[in-house]
Amino acid sequence: MSGKNDSSKVYSYKEKNGKRQRNDWIAAYIFIAPLVIGLAAFYVWPFIQNVWFSFNDVNKFNVATFNGLDNYKKLFSDPALWGALWNTVKYIIIVVPISIFLSIVVAALLNASIKGKSIYRTLYFLPTVTMPVAVSLTWRWIFNGDYGLFNEFLGLFGMKGHAWLGDANTALYMIMIVAVWSGIGYNVIILLAGMQGISRSYYEAAAIDGASSVRQFFKITIPLVSPSIFFILITGMIGAFQVFDSIFMMVGPENPIYPKVLTMNALFYRNAFETGYKGYASAISMFMFVIIMIITVIQLIGQKKWVHYD
Amino acid sequence: MKGNRAKKNLIVHIVLLLGVGITVFPFLWMVLTSFKLPGESMAIPPTFFPEHFTAEAYSKIFETLPFAKIYMNTIYTTIITVVGQVAICTLAAYAFARINFPGKNFIFIIILSILMVPGQIFLIPQYLLIQKLGLINTLTALFLPGLFSAFGTFLMRQFFMSLPKELEEAALLDGCNRFQIFNKIMLPLVKPGIVALSIFVARFAWNDFMWPLIINSDPDKLKLAPALSLLRGQYANNFPGQMAGAVISVIPMVILFFIFQRQFIEGVAHTGVKG
Repeated sequence: MSGKNDSSKVYSYKEKNGKRQRNDWIAAYIFIAPLVIGLAAFYVWPFIQNVWFSFNDVNKFNVATFNGLDNYKKLFSDPALWGALWNTVKYIIIVVPISIFLSIVVAALLNASIKGKSIYRTLYFLPTVTMPVAVSLTWRWIFNGDYGLFNEFLGLFGMKGHAWLGDANTALYMIMIVAVWSGIGYNVIILLAGMQGISRSYYEAAAIDGASSVRQFFKITIPLVSPSIFFILITGMIGAFQVFDSIFMMVGPENPIYPKVLTMNALFYRNAFETGYKGYASAISMFMFVIIMIITVIQLIGQKKWVHYD
Repeated sequence: MKGNRAKKNLIVHIVLLLGVGITVFPFLWMVLTSFKLPGESMAIPPTFFPEHFTAEAYSKIFETLPFAKIYMNTIYTTIITVVGQVAICTLAAYAFARINFPGKNFIFIIILSILMVPGQIFLIPQYLLIQKLGLINTLTALFLPGLFSAFGTFLMRQFFMSLPKELEEAALLDGCNRFQIFNKIMLPLVKPGIVALSIFVARFAWNDFMWPLIINSDPDKLKLAPALSLLRGQYANNFPGQMAGAVISVIPMVILFFIFQRQFIEGVAHTGVKG
């Protein structure tokens, strides 16, 4: 009698548990439903479509005709693509190291015990929150060949003015200057977070051993913020593949030099929405995907090997 | 020793102020130019402060493009994107962080994969989908894809994971259902995450350029960023007009930034360094 009672008790407990689990599942599916439907419609299915388009010729009326590997063959023989890739690489080689160097200097100065630290931090961060399109328009005005302030400034030192953004040899460098200018605030915040995480005791010990503050900076600060530096390096490299707003606004499609200063993202946009080769543009985006995947893999390996973690 | 230190501090301030000058000057020049007449803006040598202080450029650009409407479009789509994305991602993130259900890992791996794919991959099919839905040149088209975010879900999940499990176990034993737990217990605890994500999304929605440029061309359905690119073409040599457009485009974010400085900067640390 009592045994039967026990088993029914166990049964009802199990049933209750099962019911609760079923309710949990239902709740979970309701919670994720809007996200999953939206991601499926706007990200997962588009990804598959984009892969398919890269093997198609997609004409101006958006009708796709299969053309096998034609887009990819074009990709590897297209001087515009290699030009854009080279521009992107140049952008990485120049912008990323300069930006990291200047950011480390500013972050190190801000990390010292000085007055007005938070005001400085706020002002350096300003370009990060302001609309890149508006900022680019302003710099376009400053670099204007005829009336721009930049030429006036150079004139103070007896240097001759130039139509910086109208010349294919200089335009990209001007865009790089703006990129360094607008990126420092973000990098400084990341580096400061890293620097403030370093224990005071390292510096105290070093000071007792008689190490100068410069030596402390190179032997303690730099190695211990290397994860932050590495993070900035990787995001800087990936970010270079996303450059578009500044080139579109500072040079612009109506300018004859525009095709020469394109970076990868701008080349993608040009093919997809200006000249209307959507199939080819899909192949370009796949190419960018592969490069960014390689950078991501380097990040995963590099994080373990080269970076000093505390 | 003390004098040496003061000298050192002075040098630090000078270097930092020089940097601040370079950082802030373009904004100053933007504002100063916007209050000049076109003729004065092209004077050689240039004047620093406007000789004839005038807001003419501002009234002019409102005549050229329906800027009042464009402004409202930008505010409206930014608010919808922030509220929608934060709600959708936070709900899903809670489920991924705290409930075990069949298919969870599979779906979450797909979300992580989306995170690693550059945005260009989705752009052409998204455009064609919006076209198929008949939404080209509508405000809905401006915010629809932005409501769903793999990044937002990932970020919010991190916040939920950092909360102790005991909190909801007690509530579950008390007979609360999942909706009550989410609403009453978990949501208030992930407030810092919600603030960080909201700022991140607002900044992106306000400043985004390529998507609104692709999707809408009707002047009444524009956002500020593509409107500025139109202004650049129509006002090729009217620099005060261009700068007036730039000033009104950056002002709301700058004001928000000065009010929520700490949250903006902490948000960068959160959204930047993952994990």
